[in-house]
Amino acid sequence: MLHVDNIEVVYSKMILVLKGMSLQVPDGKIVALLGSNGAGKSTTLKAISGLLGGDGGQVTKGKIVYEEKDITAWSPDKIVQQGVFQSMEGRRVFKHLTVEENLMAGAHSRKDRRNIKKDMERVYHYFPKLKDLNSRHAGLLSGGEQQMLAIGRGIMAKPKMLLLDEPSLGIAPLLVKEIFKNIKQINEEEGMSILVVEQNANVALSIADYGYIIEDGRSVMEAPVSELLTNQEVQEHYLGMSEEGRKNYREVKAYRKKQRWI
Amino acid sequence: MTFFLQMLVSGIVVGSIYALVALGFVLIYKASDALNLANGEFVLIGSYICLTLVTALQLPFLVALLITLGVCAVLGLMVERVVLRPLLNAPTISIIMATIGLGNLLAGLVHMVWGHQTRVYPNLFPDTPVTFGGVLITPVYLWSFIIVMLLLIVFTVFFKYSKMGVAMRAVADDLQAAASMGINVKRVFAITWAIACIVAAVGGVLLGNINGVNATMSVIGLTVLPVVILGGLDSIPGAIVGGFIIGILQSIAGGYLDPLVGGGLKEVFPFFIVILILMFKPYGLFGKGGMERV
Ligand SMILES: Nc1ncnc2c1ncn2[C@@H]1O[C@H](COP(=O)(O)OP(=O)(O)OP(=O)(O)O)[C@@H](O)[C@H]1O
Ligand SMILES: [Mg+2]
Repeated sequence: MLHVDNIEVVYSKMILVLKGMSLQVPDGKIVALLGSNGAGKSTTLKAISGLLGGDGGQVTKGKIVYEEKDITAWSPDKIVQQGVFQSMEGRRVFKHLTVEENLMAGAHSRKDRRNIKKDMERVYHYFPKLKDLNSRHAGLLSGGEQQMLAIGRGIMAKPKMLLLDEPSLGIAPLLVKEIFKNIKQINEEEGMSILVVEQNANVALSIADYGYIIEDGRSVMEAPVSELLTNQEVQEHYLGMSEEGRKNYREVKAYRKKQRWI
Repeated sequence: MTFFLQMLVSGIVVGSIYALVALGFVLIYKASDALNLANGEFVLIGSYICLTLVTALQLPFLVALLITLGVCAVLGLMVERVVLRPLLNAPTISIIMATIGLGNLLAGLVHMVWGHQTRVYPNLFPDTPVTFGGVLITPVYLWSFIIVMLLLIVFTVFFKYSKMGVAMRAVADDLQAAASMGINVKRVFAITWAIACIVAAVGGVLLGNINGVNATMSVIGLTVLPVVILGGLDSIPGAIVGGFIIGILQSIAGGYLDPLVGGGLKEVFPFFIVILILMFKPYGLFGKGGMERV
């Protein structure tokens, strides 16, 4: 059980981004975290996995508890050893390493080195395409293949909890479906808890058990997926069911990006 | 012809030492995007430490070499801890400036401890040259070459297959993503500096055995600059091939051209080559130049 309890996150000592964010991920469940651009989804994940430091961020209030341990402000390698693994936004594969070496890197914190070869086969079982590409430099893979590799690294780490940041980013709709089908399958077969951040709410909610909606640094709604799917506000804003919602987030994204620069 | 082969052989041997020292340089560059301008002083210190162990303490060479490597590994760890770690998120130029400062500090230290006259290693290798098809090779050259080749093979295997080697390359590729894999980035940096220091020291010990040791030896820190620029700053195979190329060309140019112009060409020749290469391949022979596909 992962418990994010009312955390505040500050970047560069002065930009307050999370303003009392809370969420929970029960064991073995898939939880979706939805929200518009800049709401603080990635920040939430990085706070959990201890990766804020590299961006000049810091948890200034609240705490993050995983399996009864307060892991707030632990270093990323210790958090991975606890069994919490994040696959970062934008895939972030190691471009100059081969596919296989990327998978090895994913297994870095594993103690049971002997099972690594076997687990590599499991990754290939979920993503057969990677097998044919295994000696190619990851930088040369297509975006979709890189995303499979990024998730594959997560499988190699054998975490108890996998944090996925926008696995659908920049990927064709058909492939998105397939990747999410695989995520579900991983959750069921490996019993891995999954916290998935998504812009594509439709596909995320199609596999999740529970969902949170984050706006401006705090969670504004949480409910089992069945409830979220029938909630009118969610339908309009996140599932693109009304005219307004259909305007799609691309425009919003462009607008927010512009805002960030100013 | 024998003269040419003679020059070739000595070029290969000196080139292999360049390759080794350049390897340390490239490692640091890959890990922190910064030039380590204290590399020449690492070479110097390693050479002096080993010299002291074999002369003052009369230790057998291999024992002395191993102790030197140990001491230099610790030195590398300390440098990372004290000088580099506080600069972890600092701009590259600050890191480079810090290495310049460190280089001066180490140079001063060497001067204080060992003075400035040239010291020579006792004859550790037999004097009588071996002949290979008419080419004379002194044992010290032969052994240097063997030691360097062994080390290069060990490191190549290490980087390609070992867990730590893969982790080091991952860190070089994308620091934050590497951290997200559970790789202890600080430890990787520390080990990188330790290795850089070790290879520099071995280079220093071998050069010391060939030419003797004095403070000017740290010039090799500058000579490997053309080597790594030639090979591509971020390429380990590039550093190795570049080392050999520069070593060989320098030796041959020195042998044939120096007598004509009255000497001195040997030292600047590597820089000529680099200018030429950069005109055609701005990222060096093996540099990545941004393999991108997004
Ligand atoms: N390193 C940083 N320094 C300063 N501000 C930052 C930093 N990283 C993110 N922010 C700001 O924090 C806010 C939340 O960013 P975050 O990346 O968590 O958003 P997100 O919900 O993941 O958005 P997206 O859907 O676009 O990925 C944004 O306003 C962003 O500008
Ligand atoms: Mg994000």
